[in-house]
Amino acid sequence: MVRMTKDRWTAVAMITPSIILLGIFVYGFIAQTAWTSLTNWGTPGGAASLAEHPVIDFVGLKNYQDLFTGFNPRFRLDLVNEVFFTALFLAACLGLGLLMAILLDQKVRGESLFRTVFLFPMALSFVVTGTIWRWLFAPNGGLNVLPSSIVNAFSPNSPISPLPFEWFTSKSKLLTMHWHDVLTIVGVAILLFMFAVASTYWFKRRNLTVIFVVVLSSLAGVFIIGGNNIPSFVANEVHGLNVAIISIVIAATWQMSGYTMAIYLAGLRGIPDELREAARVDGATEFQVYRYVILPLLQPITLSAAIILGHISLKIFDLVYVMAGDGNLQVDVPGVNMYLTAFRANNFALGSAIAMIMLLLVAVIIVPYLYTSLRGEKHA
Amino acid sequence: MTNVLRRMPIYVLLLILVAAFLIPVYLVITTSLKTPEEINLLEVWRLPATINITSFQEAFGTLLPYLINSLMVTIPATIISAMLGSVNGYVLSKWRFPGSNIIFPLMLFGMFIPYQSILIPLFQTLKSLNLYGGLGGLTLAHVVYGLPITTLIFRNYYAEVPTEMIEAGQIDGADFFGIYRDILFPLSIPGFVVVIIWQFTQIWNEYLFAVTLTNTESWPITVELSQLGAGQAINYSVQMAGAFLTALPTLIVYIFLGRYFIRGLLAGSVKG
Repeated sequence: MVRMTKDRWTAVAMITPSIILLGIFVYGFIAQTAWTSLTNWGTPGGAASLAEHPVIDFVGLKNYQDLFTGFNPRFRLDLVNEVFFTALFLAACLGLGLLMAILLDQKVRGESLFRTVFLFPMALSFVVTGTIWRWLFAPNGGLNVLPSSIVNAFSPNSPISPLPFEWFTSKSKLLTMHWHDVLTIVGVAILLFMFAVASTYWFKRRNLTVIFVVVLSSLAGVFIIGGNNIPSFVANEVHGLNVAIISIVIAATWQMSGYTMAIYLAGLRGIPDELREAARVDGATEFQVYRYVILPLLQPITLSAAIILGHISLKIFDLVYVMAGDGNLQVDVPGVNMYLTAFRANNFALGSAIAMIMLLLVAVIIVPYLYTSLRGEKHA
Repeated sequence: MTNVLRRMPIYVLLLILVAAFLIPVYLVITTSLKTPEEINLLEVWRLPATINITSFQEAFGTLLPYLINSLMVTIPATIISAMLGSVNGYVLSKWRFPGSNIIFPLMLFGMFIPYQSILIPLFQTLKSLNLYGGLGGLTLAHVVYGLPITTLIFRNYYAEVPTEMIEAGQIDGADFFGIYRDILFPLSIPGFVVVIIWQFTQIWNEYLFAVTLTNTESWPITVELSQLGAGQAINYSVQMAGAFLTALPTLIVYIFLGRYFIRGLLAGSVKG
């Protein structure tokens, strides 16, 4: 127990303004958004968003119901896009970042120059990246004409034609399925995740495990049972991996893979040389050293990189908005939808509901992350 | 000799990656140096026939007022959030008080939230404080939402300073402010460089607050850049010159102070 001396009171007084500011601007505002999401503020028939003294009525979960089962499929589409975007973006950033880090870890000449090149996009605004890549992905120019420009410059006698990719203007969908199936898959995935975690922790903390199982199986139940009780026009909506998303993934990976490289490189530098030497003495090939010694040691780094990148991708707005504009539903994500709903259509209540779901998704990965990293620090 | 051969694939791969990362840079520079008439979708990769800087002149003329707006938000917001973060970090690392272990993660959470979840109340609050639309409201937002990361970086930085130095200061009769002024602050310069570079880059590059909290005259440069393409026929050479100019300040900082930039980057993953 610390003793509250005069200096300690001064310390508390000095940090108080920041605590109050963050208390209001983070937690107060989140509470207000949560409340707004339960009202009809700005919805058709409700009080106008920009009215001087709006009369706002409580409507319960109606806005959320609209998002998940209403006539407008846009938010459901956003969620599906977001899942595919996050999965592809994470795989690309982690894979490429690890590759670059391992290459740079081979004591190469000019390492700092390579590092500078791989990391410079991190210093740019997503707006700059979006502007540049929109031009690179122009369907009749840009990357599509790069191979033909090079080949035809060297052998003008046998010209090849440009690539046919439509990039973010593509309308094709892969892995198509109905919204009803999406809900079932999510429910089953939650159940599987629950069994995996519960079976590991069952004997250590029985009480916590019971709560965990009850909460997650009810959540899974909501998805599976709810999926069977939605209007058929919603249940039969076609969703899938929009090919157009891939161009956003490429631009985002160009910008962010340097970040993964930097944290992997920091991790690799933290592994003592003796460990590698010991493995080599035991007859391991260079590949085996990485496969059995280095990569397992990098696992915690992969996890925290995945969390940081994952939460960035859940929040993503500017890159998509600048690259594809406001009308391209093929690449629409919750961040863009929220901005347009709240600040273009002035529907504050529905915009708040979208924002709350975004916050929930981010909190699910960030709260355990903060909890474990700060708790680990205290014991150290 | 065998060693050189064995290492060839590494360099080949690295050079391929470098080429891939620099393709966009090539396109930006060559496009921005062409005349609008010279831009031809099928021949975008061709070098400009002559070096033509009119697109840069035009982009600079259009962007200049917004570049000044950006500076007028970025500089004060960076300095204020760095100073507050330094004091907070000092308190949280050297003057732990009951509850500080709970307050700190609660503060940190503020840097991970999607800002969409506070945007509507922020917009309403700034409007009722008469701060909506101008540079003041945007600056306030950047200061407040910058506090978690600046506090985190300074807290981790000051945690490295041995507690004995603080105790020695106390024995010499120095109080809370004396210890900060005479012991901690003089050691803080590298910490300030990391935080200032990080905040400068983040605020300069930001878009969501910029586009929702300001009116047309107060737009920061990122918003104006995103508008360059809107409207009539898109002038790609001006757009690329604009993208280059918008990126230039943070790029210069990155190229000359990259070491500190990376430290800020790594600090974002909490443990640092």
